[in-house]
Amino acid sequence: MQVLYFAWVRERIGVPREDVETSAETVADLVNELRGREERYDLAFSDMSAIRVALDQELSDLHTSLAGVREVAFFPPMTGG
Amino acid sequence: MSISVQVDDFDVGAEINALSDGRTDIGAVVTFTGLVRDMAGGEKIADMELEHYPGMTEKALANIEAEANARWDLQASRIIHRYGTLAAGAQIVMVATASPHRADAFEAAEFIMDFLKSRAPFWKKEGTADSGKWVDARDADEDALNRWS
Repeated sequence: MQVLYFAWVRERIGVPREDVETSAETVADLVNELRGREERYDLAFSDMSAIRVALDQELSDLHTSLAGVREVAFFPPMTGG
Repeated sequence: MSISVQVDDFDVGAEINALSDGRTDIGAVVTFTGLVRDMAGGEKIADMELEHYPGMTEKALANIEAEANARWDLQASRIIHRYGTLAAGAQIVMVATASPHRADAFEAAEFIMDFLKSRAPFWKKEGTADSGKWVDARDADEDALNRWS
């Protein structure tokens, strides 16, 4: 699936998007898997209270299933307006 | 109803005219314009970088606008949100609402702005003379949403 990162999450991970092969069942599983891969992910996801997630461009949460999801995005709380 | 997510600046007067042009049934037009301030937390801001999530941004803005139109008696509405690097003093965002009566137009505009602040996928980075700093979300902005629930 496509995984997208925005703002300081993007800066810490070092890429705006990447294709991730995973069998993670939920968003939380995916986060744990990424954190185990490399330190930059571990650093970016060290405080999950500061991270928001969107699944196929809809706001979601860590406990949601990834079944059928094509695009996951991680970002800090939004600061529009 | 219409939304735009764009790099280019906008002309508030022209946008108001476009909303009410050729109509005689509109009683009130409320507009809000957000600008880049040159100071933040005692630091001088040179510019602001606005990042967004193409695709999701347009959906989020359209949803917020549709919700405002469902809740209030609006005859027209317009949301423009810029992204990219904006200098201090530049326009960032514009919301316009038109209604037969002012109360609906005022409230709907405020509702739209409250949701844009924390539910539209934009992120601001303030550029000072020597570095950049991501703007933290404010609890007050999150609290502002509660009054509409």
